[in-house]
This record gives sequence, structure tokens and C-alpha cells, in this order.
Amino acid sequence: MLGFHVVKRKNMDWWKAWLIRGASIILGAAVCAVVIVFLTGKDPLDVFETMVDGAFGTERRIWALLQGIAMLLCISLAVTPAFKMKFWNIGAEGQALMGGLASAACMMFIKDALPNWLLIFVMVVTSMLAGAIWGVIPAFFKARWGTNETLFTLMMNYIAMQIVSVFISIFATGGSGKIDVLNASTKLGWMPSVGGQAYLLNVVIVLVLTVIMYVYLKYSKQGYEISVVGESENTAKYIGINVKKVIIRTMLISGLLCGLAGFLLVSGADHTIARETVGGRGFTAIMVSWLAKFNPIFMVLTSFLLVFFEKGAIQISQICGLNASFSDIIVGIIIFFIIGSEFFINYEIKKNAKEGGSK
Amino acid sequence: MMMFVQFFQRAVMQGIPLLFGATGEILTEKSGHLNLGIPGIMYVGAISGVIGSFFYESSVGAANINPFLAVLIPLLTSILGSLIMGLIYCFLTVTLRANQNVTGLALTTFGTGFGNFFGGSLIKISGSDMPAITLSATSKCFKTSLPFADSLGVIGKLFFSYSFLVYVAIIVAIISSYVLNHTRTGLHLRAVGENPATADAAGINVNRYKYVTTCLGSIIAGLGGLYYVMDYASGIWSNGGFGDRGWLAVAIVIFALWRPNWAIPASILFGGLFIIYNYISIPGLGAEQMELFKMLPYLVTLIVLIIISMREKRESQPPQALGLSYFREDR
Amino acid sequence: MAEVPAIELKNITKVFGDIVANKDVCLTVNRGEILSILGENGSGKTTLMNMISGIYFPDYGQIFIDGKEVEIKSPKDALDYKIGMVHQHFKLVDIFTAAENTVLGLKDEGRYNLKKSTAKIKAIADLYGFDLNPNKKIYEMSVSEKQTVEIIKVLYRGADILILDEPTAVLTPQETQRLFSVLRRMKADGKSIIIITHKLNEVMEISDRVSVLRKGHYIGTVDTDKTTEAELTEMMVGKKITLNIDRSDPVNPTDRLIIKGLNCVDKEGIKVLDNVSFTAKSGEILGVAGIAGSGQRELLEAIAGLQVLESGEIVYNNPATGESEDLRNKTPVQIRDLGVRLSFVPEDRLGMGLVGNMDLTDNMMLRSYSKGHSLFVERGKPKELAEKIVDDLEVVTPSVQTPVRKLSGGNVQKVLVGREIAAAPTVFMAAYPVRGLDINSSYMIYNLLNQQKEDGVSVIFVGEDLDVLIALCDRIVVLSSGKVTGIVDARETTKEEVGLLMTKTFGKGGEE
Repeated sequence: MLGFHVVKRKNMDWWKAWLIRGASIILGAAVCAVVIVFLTGKDPLDVFETMVDGAFGTERRIWALLQGIAMLLCISLAVTPAFKMKFWNIGAEGQALMGGLASAACMMFIKDALPNWLLIFVMVVTSMLAGAIWGVIPAFFKARWGTNETLFTLMMNYIAMQIVSVFISIFATGGSGKIDVLNASTKLGWMPSVGGQAYLLNVVIVLVLTVIMYVYLKYSKQGYEISVVGESENTAKYIGINVKKVIIRTMLISGLLCGLAGFLLVSGADHTIARETVGGRGFTAIMVSWLAKFNPIFMVLTSFLLVFFEKGAIQISQICGLNASFSDIIVGIIIFFIIGSEFFINYEIKKNAKEGGSK
Repeated sequence: MMMFVQFFQRAVMQGIPLLFGATGEILTEKSGHLNLGIPGIMYVGAISGVIGSFFYESSVGAANINPFLAVLIPLLTSILGSLIMGLIYCFLTVTLRANQNVTGLALTTFGTGFGNFFGGSLIKISGSDMPAITLSATSKCFKTSLPFADSLGVIGKLFFSYSFLVYVAIIVAIISSYVLNHTRTGLHLRAVGENPATADAAGINVNRYKYVTTCLGSIIAGLGGLYYVMDYASGIWSNGGFGDRGWLAVAIVIFALWRPNWAIPASILFGGLFIIYNYISIPGLGAEQMELFKMLPYLVTLIVLIIISMREKRESQPPQALGLSYFREDR
Repeated sequence: MAEVPAIELKNITKVFGDIVANKDVCLTVNRGEILSILGENGSGKTTLMNMISGIYFPDYGQIFIDGKEVEIKSPKDALDYKIGMVHQHFKLVDIFTAAENTVLGLKDEGRYNLKKSTAKIKAIADLYGFDLNPNKKIYEMSVSEKQTVEIIKVLYRGADILILDEPTAVLTPQETQRLFSVLRRMKADGKSIIIITHKLNEVMEISDRVSVLRKGHYIGTVDTDKTTEAELTEMMVGKKITLNIDRSDPVNPTDRLIIKGLNCVDKEGIKVLDNVSFTAKSGEILGVAGIAGSGQRELLEAIAGLQVLESGEIVYNNPATGESEDLRNKTPVQIRDLGVRLSFVPEDRLGMGLVGNMDLTDNMMLRSYSKGHSLFVERGKPKELAEKIVDDLEVVTPSVQTPVRKLSGGNVQKVLVGREIAAAPTVFMAAYPVRGLDINSSYMIYNLLNQQKEDGVSVIFVGEDLDVLIALCDRIVVLSSGKVTGIVDARETTKEEVGLLMTKTFGKGGEE
């Protein structure tokens, strides 16, 4: 037998918990630094400088960083109510993609049939609806028959991707196998740029959403119900909450927001649709939300952290002639460390008192 | 007829990476761990093999490779790569009891990043003007098939014309099924995934079973990546070429109701569905709409998932403790 | 008697934190003998047996097997000494067959051969007269079959000393008889059997000797054929303790809640409520006595709208409107919407009554958050309520923003009871409200219940301590295996009478 055993901690001061998380990020960054130094032979401080440069170096980079954070944050906000309810929605990728597809379709087919502001409004509505449908289907089956939502939403992602593939193969521009930027000349259905900044509106919308989501979860009756269902279904039943209704309603909200994220990606940034439009953010968002303990305000921090490391690593790879996928490795390592650190917050390792002096 | 034979062969070759992945994931899930890192692990299995083979080929020259070593070296590097991935997953989810979904997804991010990074770097080293690494010599060794297959006509083509990894995949799936259902180890493993507290009380070392099967599952899944690049793709690695095969493998796990032997026909079926649009034409449907067929594997899996949850038949449910970490003092 | 006992315990003591679970317990069991261990809930029977079977390790004392002192550190050690225990909660894998469960975890059996194992299981079953199909899956089995699997598991591993924890609690009378005949055959085969129980008639029927525990202390051992049920009851419940609980006479009691012929079946198809009928009146405390698991939980949950019933009626007479409503199979929200003010302090405080990770204020809102049309929750009043409860009931907490799981058991209970009382109920139900509480907290709860009664509330109090039930309540309904075995006047009755009713197995059902 080993000379120690693990026990659950009753509770830990919040500052200690954040100290551990902070330490884990630093430790993870240190490991990344070792990897980077090994691969590039650069001075670690240099590396850090390059990362900061990559994220904040120019005005354009700052905007790209903000846009990256906004998009990731938007999807993270969308998955959070479901997770708070302990509903493992890993289908944000597909829900957002369906939203994006709806937007792209509106841009292609409605064009100037409606005034631009109305077109954008229709895009928002159809995108949100598309995302909501994709979110409610698994929720319905979970509520009615207890169908495993993790596997269900996973499958829904790829069905969505295939639908996009079909769409692309039908409407591809020429023989390119992809759809060109839509309405490039007319900019119909494009999110208007405010103050000359294409991404400003996106960022503002997501910031407002963050506050709304924070208020919704913390101060609304529905948010309260979500917490109770997530903490204990038994208690929910005891006080008369209709658990099935809450599951479906919450996934409806999740899906609506994912759809909105899809709209923002298509109308506010890409102006086209591809299988990669969401770009794995649906999965990264799960980590963002989980690492922030489902608190929308903390999620600003965690999404910043991940996007910062991503952009920074891309800069390093460009300067040192490395492959751009390098950033995925860095982000992966950081996440491993943060995930691992939760153990030390929830459990403590105690030496076995009995082992030494039994009898 | 020849059309069908060709279709079947392609379907098998499409299906084998999925079969490796599905067998690996079934074993892992039987121990109670939903490993969503499988796509990343398969990616790492593939690129690790590519790395091994690349350096072997470039050290002795493609013309002088020893066929035995050309197979053995990528095989070992591939196993090593996926084993490390499995160990990362186990350490986080078994020892540190981290959330399995988050860990798995992070592993997939990491794995695909790892694959694309080294893939991209090797392409650069090789100085190729195509965005791909070509290891035709190694691939040729992997593709060696049974010499007598051609003399057996259609039967030979259907069943004996494949390279050795195809048979490895099928044999591994059959052995896994046998071990799960007919040995003490399998009994203990299933108990761990169904009810770890009971298994623990019966004196079974729960964590050891979880570690061993999850790592073994990772290695098997990694071989799927290796087969894909060395055989299916004829030794040509291009970033992103592996696609969504990892998630298809997860789908097969459900479709085959957590039975490795059922995963064999399921994989070939999914492989077939994936390429069927090349072989049949339905009047009125253009090539574009035929793309819809690629959706079928996911759709049928979804239907299977719904049906098993409706029928509540106990034998076809996911392992009961799937996705939950086990902590003895929680009992 | 020169015979060396199969197992002998000397001065076994086990302490958990502040609670002494066993103090100086001595026991002997001979070969070919059935020993009953008798005691109320919480008297330390299971803890004692867990020390023999290697789950706990005693703090003091010695264990002898065949006269030799041994140390039992794990279930495996216990099995090496041929001791096997059948726990109350079965440890079986549901989708495995009986045979697969039996061989689970065995390593030293040579090649895995389920056929051979099945044959061996059949042989054991035949030897002792079990009726079991080794190839049947556990999830298709009745509780008694599952129990058989557990017993066979132990025998398969070669146990000579069998410990059965409350084996008849889950069995029908017929199944109990079948189990007893099996046990007799094992005894004839020279096995030693220890059976934990609290049913007196069964003790008299099956055992050779009885050892009695009370509140962790060893009271004594008597030969079954030289004792009576009355003597055993007295040993089990002890002398009457005078408690200082005030009890006023009910003022102007009227029928508030009329329960008629409730029948309820649990997930496994066992009858948990069997034709239960009684009336709860305003201005009185109605006690519910019974061994744990006799249907108390289902009864309260049925009234609260959380339990689906097979048949029966729950009639509520509304004092405000004078109307009568049937609450059967209504949801808690429907009951609330009828204007029924029902408060319920469930047994599972943190898993049902409160949310451990939420703070006091948020827990106050559980009952009231949905009131009004606002989209947002209103935390002002709940916060005031939380502060009031903290003040009035002397809850020890850093602040009302503290998650309740961080409070001690007594304080958690005060928060829960305080909230339920704040709803100004007309019916107040509490399940084991003083379990795990210290004396002062307990008295505070008794006073709160008395206050409710004096305010004209109909109080239903499910308790386990007979002294408290008799001192606090006006009438007591006694449940045994889901049946009402008697309704007694608490001022007239004795502990012995209630104790006998609680252990009565073949009661006649409730009186009308």
C-alpha cells in the first residue's frame, strides 16, 4: 500500500483556489516555454515578448484578438446554461454552424429583395431559430427518454457539417469547391462597421450578451431553476420544478445563442460559409465555460487566456517558421494543466497515519 | 459484379481505420471512460508513424529500406505516440479525476495540433512543393498482401486481397469481443465500467483496469491512424486529410452497441456509406445531393441511440458508470 | 462448555468522531449455531459486524477465530478466515448473471470457466435448498433472488461464518420462511450464522441465542428458549427515560388530513405502503413510529405529492375555505395552487430539502422564488427571512451568504425547519428532524414543533427515538413493513407496547 491517501476537501478559500489555478497556468506556460525553447532555441523571455507582440503588437492584431475572444466567448456563453444544468451539450459546433448556414443562405437568396436592415434582422432570426432547432432536438430526447445527450449532440455536429457540405457542393462558386465571399461588392447582409472597425459591433454585442447572461443566470427565476436542477434533481422535484420543461427551455436558449454566434461569424466576419466556419470553437467553448466555473464574467478571462495563447503561438510559429498548428499544442498543454489543477482544489492528499503505527 | 467487388474493397479500406478507432473506444468505454480524445489519438498515431518512417526512409534512402524495419519502426513509433496520449488522458481522468469530456476534447485539440504541426514541419524539411509528405516506399511494405489472393478469383479479391493491418484490425476486434465476454479479465473490466464500487468491493483494482484498458484502447485507435496514412492514403500525409474519421469511430461504438465484433460489419457499412456516392447514381440526384449520403452514418447512429434509450433494454445500454469518475470514499 | 467458539469478540470499541458506535462489546458464536444480534436503529449492530468482515478496524478490543487472536484489516482478510457478510445494500452488477456476479473478483480459480462455476453454484444451491437460476441476470431478479446471490457469493468463497445484515427487511413472509429453512440447513452443516435483526418473532423462531445492543453498548446474551419477547424488548429499548418536553393538550382538534387506504409499490415491485389509513388533526402532533424503511418516507412523500400511489385517498380539509380536496397523485405545484399550505422537512436535508452549494438566502427562496410575475428573483425578503432565522434559531454561520453545506448538521436542520415554518403551514411534516443533532438543537426543534401545534397546525412527526415520540406526540401511528400495526395514545402507551407493534410482522393493517 502507498503511504498516502486522498480525501475530498470540504471547502477551500476562493483565493486559494484561484492561486492554485494561477499557479497551474504559470506551470503550463513554463512547460510550453520549454517546448518552444527546445524547438526554436530562442530565449524564453524573447518568446513571451513575441507572444505579447502577436496578440497586441498592432491595432489590427488587437482587433483580431478581440474578435477571436468575442466569438469564442459568445459560444461559451451559449453552452453555459446547459452545463450549469449538468446537460453535457457538446453540440455547440453544430448549432452555431446551422446558424451560420441560415445567415449565409439569407445572404445568397434574399439579397436585395429586402432593405439591408431588414435582411440583417431576418438573418438574425433565422440563424437563432436554426441553432435552437439543433439544440432542442437532443434536449427533447433527453427529457423524454433520457437519451445520452453527449453522444447525441456529438452526432448532431456532423450532421450539421454534412448539411453544410451539401449546401457548398450545390452552390459552390465555379469548380472551387467552396463558396466565395458573399455580396462582396454590395455588402448586403454584412454587419455594418462602426467607426471604421469591422469587428466593433461584434465585440459590443458579445459584451452586452455577457452581462445579460450573467444577470440571467444569477438574478432571473429561470436561472435560479437551472441552478437547482443542476445541483440536485431531487430538490427540484421537491419544490415542484418541472425538470423536463427546464431541460428543454434551457437548451432552447443555448441553441438560440449558438445560432446567434453563427450569425456573427458569417455576417460579422467571414461573409461566407464553410465546414470550418465555427472552427472548433464549439469544443473550445466547453473548456472556456468549464474552466470559468460557468461564471460569464470569468469566462471573459478564460477566453482571453486561450485566445491570447493561440494568437501568441501563431506569431511565434510565423517568426520561427513553425507550423501554425503549433498554437493548438500550446493551448492543449495549458488546458491540461488547468484541468489537472482542479484535483488539488477538490481533494487533498493526506499521509496515512495508520500505516506507520498500526497496532 | 466487378463494380461491387471494387466497391466492397474500398468500403473495407475506408472502414478499417474506423474499426481500429471503434475497438479502442469500446474497450475504453467498457472501463467507464468516455474518451472524446480518440480523434486526437488517431491523429497522433498516424503522425507518429509518419515521423518514424520519414526518418527511417531519409536515413537509409527510400530505395534501400529493409521491408521488415520499414514496417516495424513506424509501428513502434505510432504505438508510442498513442500510448503517451492514453497516459495523459488516464492521468488526468483516473488519477486526478478530471472531467472526462473536457479532458477528451482538450486531447483532441492537442492531438490534431500535434499532427498538423509535425506534418507541416516534415513537409518543410522534405522540401516538397506539394503540401504533403510522400512515403511510397514504406507504404508499399505496409500494403503487401497475400500472394495467393489473385488466384482465388472474386473470393480472393473480396476477402484476401488486403494488407496485414486489415486483418490485424479484424483479429483485434474479435479478440476484444472474446476477452470481454469469455474471460475473467473481461468480466472484471465490464464490472469496473458498470459498477466500480461493486468491483472494488470484490477486490478488483479499479484504477489499474482503467489505466490498462484506456491505454490499450488508445494504442489500438492509434493503429487506425497508422493504417489510414500508410495504406489507405498510400503513404501520403497531408494536414487535415484524416478528416472526421475519429468521430465516425465514436459513432460506430454506439451503432455496434459496444460490441467489438459487431463493429466489424458496422465499420465496413459506414465505410461503404462514406463512398457510396461514387458508385451508385440515383436518377434525379446530382453529385451534389449525393453528398447527403455521407450524413447517413451519423443519422443511423442517432436513430440507434434513440431506439436504445426508448427500448431500455439493459444489454444494449452504454456502460452504467460511463463518464463518472470513481472515488472510493464517495460510496 | 469446553467447545472453542468459532468467533469471539472481546471489548470491541469503535469511535467515529464524537460518536461512540460500539463500546466494550463482547460476543461469542459457536459452530453450528445461529446467533441473533438485536437492537434498535443506531444501536451499532452493523458497525460491529463491519469490524468482523474487515470494512472497519476496531479502535480497541480483540477478535479470536477458533481461539486464536486475529487482525482483520480488509474484506479479503475476513474471507481468508472464512468469514463472509451479506450487506443490506447488495453489491451486484445488474447486467451480469448470478454466476458472473458470484465469480467476480476471484483470481485463484485456474482457468475462467463459467460452466464449471455454474455447476459449483448449483451444487451449493442444492445442498442448502436455494432456488436459483445461475444464468439469470440480476436486473431480472426479485430482491429475494438477489439476496440469494449474495449469500451464494459468500458460500462460494468458502465462508464458514456468515453474517446477514437485516436479511428479512426486504422479504415477504413466505420468502422469509424459505430463507430460514436454508439457514437451518447451513446450521446443520456446521456453519455459524450471525443474523442482524430487530423483528422479535423472527429472533424467537430462528436463533439459538440472542445478543442485545443498545446505543452502542452490549446489554447481554440470552438463550432463545429461556427468554420471552417482553424480556427482549425491555433489553432492547431500556428503561423509560424522562424527557423534559412540555406537552399541552390539543385545543379544539379537527380532522385536517384524512389518509385512506394508501397503497404504494417501489421500483422493484415491493409493496412499501400497504393499505395505510389514519387521520391527522389540527393542533396535535401525530407521531409516526417504525423501524427504518417501514414506509415512513413514502408516506410523507405521497402526502407532499412526490410519490405515485397505486390506490388510496389523501383528503385535505382546508381550514380557510372549509372545502375538502383529494391530494392524491397531484404534483407539489398543483397542491400549492389548491391553497394547501403544506410544509415538509425531508429526511435527506442536503439532497432534497436544501441545495448544499447555495447560500442561506438562495435556499430560503426554494419555496417562494416563483411567486409573482417578475422575471427576476427577489432576494430582499428571502435575505431578511434568512437573517431572521439565523437570529431566532441561533444558527451558527459566518453570514447568510455562506453555502449551507459548510454549516454543521444541527445548523443545517435549523435553516430547513425555519424555512418550512416560515411558510405558515397548516400541515407540517418532519422526517427524523433531530437525527444527528445535539441535545440543545434537538430541544429547540421540539419547541418549534410544539409551537406549531399550539398555533393549530397539524404536525406529523416521524421519529426513531421512542422516548421522544412518547413524550412529544399526542398520538402515535406505528408502521411495520408498510402496514399500520396500531395507532396509540402517546399519553397512555409504553415503550414496550410501541416496540412490540414496530416489530410485529403479521399485523392486520390499519384500523378504520
